[in-house]
Amino acid sequence: MFEKNYHGGKVMIKINGVNIEKEELSLMEYLQEQGMQPQRIAVECNEMIVPKSEYESFLLHSGDVVEIVSFVGGG
Amino acid sequence: MAENQFFIDSDKLSEKALERKHRLEQDPSFRTDHMQYMEGMERIESDVMEKVLSQMNAYDYNSYTADDVKRALASPRCSIEDFKALLSPAAAPFLEEMAQKAKYETSKHFGNTVYIFTPLYIANYCENYCVYCGFNCYNDIHRKKLNQEEIEKEMKVIADSGIEEILILTGESRQASDVHYIGEACKLAQKYFKNVGLEIYPVNSDEYYYLHECGADYITVFQETYCADKYETLHLAGHKRVFPYRFEAQERALMGGMRGVGFSALLGLSDFRKDALATALHVYYLQRKYPHAEFSLSCPRLRPIINNDKINPLDVHEKELCQILCAYRIFLPFAGITVSSREQKHFRDGIVKIAATKVSAGVSTGIGDHESKYHGEESEEAGDEQFEISDARSFDQMYEDIAEEGLQPVLNDYVYV
Amino acid sequence: MNKDTFTLGGKEFSSRFILGSGKYSLDLIKAAVENAGAEIITLAVRRTNTKATENILDYIPDHVTLLPNTSGARDAKEAVRIARMAREIGCGDFVKVEIMKDSKYLLPDNAETIKATQMLADEGFIVLPYMYPDLNVARDLQNAGAAAVMPLASPIGSNKGLATKEFIQILIDEIDLPIIVDAGIGKPSEACEAMEMGAAAIMSNTAIATAKDIPAMAGAFKLAIEAGRAAYLAGLGRVLERGASASDPLTGFLRD
Repeated sequence: MFEKNYHGGKVMIKINGVNIEKEELSLMEYLQEQGMQPQRIAVECNEMIVPKSEYESFLLHSGDVVEIVSFVGGG
Repeated sequence: MAENQFFIDSDKLSEKALERKHRLEQDPSFRTDHMQYMEGMERIESDVMEKVLSQMNAYDYNSYTADDVKRALASPRCSIEDFKALLSPAAAPFLEEMAQKAKYETSKHFGNTVYIFTPLYIANYCENYCVYCGFNCYNDIHRKKLNQEEIEKEMKVIADSGIEEILILTGESRQASDVHYIGEACKLAQKYFKNVGLEIYPVNSDEYYYLHECGADYITVFQETYCADKYETLHLAGHKRVFPYRFEAQERALMGGMRGVGFSALLGLSDFRKDALATALHVYYLQRKYPHAEFSLSCPRLRPIINNDKINPLDVHEKELCQILCAYRIFLPFAGITVSSREQKHFRDGIVKIAATKVSAGVSTGIGDHESKYHGEESEEAGDEQFEISDARSFDQMYEDIAEEGLQPVLNDYVYV
Repeated sequence: MNKDTFTLGGKEFSSRFILGSGKYSLDLIKAAVENAGAEIITLAVRRTNTKATENILDYIPDHVTLLPNTSGARDAKEAVRIARMAREIGCGDFVKVEIMKDSKYLLPDNAETIKATQMLADEGFIVLPYMYPDLNVARDLQNAGAAAVMPLASPIGSNKGLATKEFIQILIDEIDLPIIVDAGIGKPSEACEAMEMGAAAIMSNTAIATAKDIPAMAGAFKLAIEAGRAAYLAGLGRVLERGASASDPLTGFLRD
């Protein structure tokens, strides 16, 4: 595992359409905080897929637009 | 089953030439591999030949019953299986029902129209030894190749008779009649005719592109027989010997931008049911791959040639030919079907009411003799004919006869863009 | 006898009933899948709800192949994004492309669907495009690398049956891919008819979701689809035409 380069301080991010202000954190930390199971979701940041293997190291930055999705019923 | 005796020796051949001819005829090991492309022959990526041949090889026409035929006749869409039943011996007693259904399909797609065209042979030089053909390189005939001036003269005579669609033919000799020569003939033809077809040796796709640019709208290539083993015994020497290159001619033509392609087996050479199946499937699979193209079928039967008047179509009698044409029509309702002057007047008059959509008129298969044939003027130096025709009706006569039957003669229905 | 199966993207299926999972409660899914005998189930992709404690994947039996759709996409680019997210969740490479620009009738946008199919096939997806039955479009989809074509029978969710029958038949006859009739099938008899025509499979959601007894209706569809398939394989009997045929024989001219 490699270092997370925290800069410290607050970040403004948009997750699933909602603007959120938080102390800087990794994607995994956010998912755990929300009680989301990584194996049941997919994450897109600024229209790029974030591979599951990078959740731990992926830091959320100010201005990031994040979509977190999962399966629901559909035809 | 009876076989045709094709081999004829000319006393004009040198001893050496005769020896080579006999060796080609008798010694298969002396002949080249007919499945190998020769130098300069384009190879394309295509699975059509494999599909057609595997269906044909597996076709056991004796396994079909009257019930299969009835089911095929009752089905609103003719599947490959239905088509196989319609081509089988079990369908013979249902010929009238097949004709009724074929007529219905023809009228759905073509109304009551019949197209009229004429062929123009511009050269009869040939480098192939195809044992059944009057133009074959060992046959002692008068050879001729028209120059551009002579071609134009022939075209004028034909155009003056009222014909608007022409089919330009050559013997299969790239040496004597090269692509440029044929291209120039197409350019001339554009001046006199609204629709120009070609029946020449198979060429590469870039050459088809060139010929299309010169004015050719469609090409016809006869596979003669789809049975590769039989093909090998009939086409003993020359470029035509290469079976797959010939098979892929239509696809190369479509890749080269030709609008239409024509197909045929020469009935009487081999097992006609298998050949008819393969011909139609050749169209079927190419249509699926090139749905924008126009497709047409011919159905020639073997005819006597100069120096061999015994050649005949064996077991393909008029009833069998009619069955094949009805089956073609039911299976491929969209395809044009041409019935040439190899057939007699009564047959052509009957079949245009059922399945055929195109007939030739004012036909000569000789070289440079339209003046004499159309106006009774002597031509001194005409080249000999490819085969004997059976229906010598002029364009005017054919037009009248078609109209009299309540059908609509059409000279062309093309828009050129 | 050979097992009657069909193949999508190299995977073989013996059930020809693709079940939708929308518009009914999660605890009925298992019973519906079982009664349907379904081996493929469709899903949608949506923003994760932080409040939700249950996940649909927990209700789907393990042997069932997941077929996520791209519903919500309005153009090819959005469909591609949704498909990539679906794959990242970890359900395999299958995707049903579904692109609707029209929110009133929810009719698929064929042109965008072709584009998305091409892009996704290039990325290694097994693409099943939902489309309005048009032969030229179906050919383009085939050339773009689709694994099957999914024409609609009538407007989605309408239960109006095989309104596009004639055009679906043309696709079945002309396209060398499985034709899966999707959307609009309202009754088992209609599913049966589509299978008799030669469809490879039926996809149904609303007809089942809006039935009084959902698992029972899934079972009814299963029987109808199997019956239609068996009839197709058996070769339908002839329909007697009314009326007489022409009295003059057409073949009287034949000689030898």
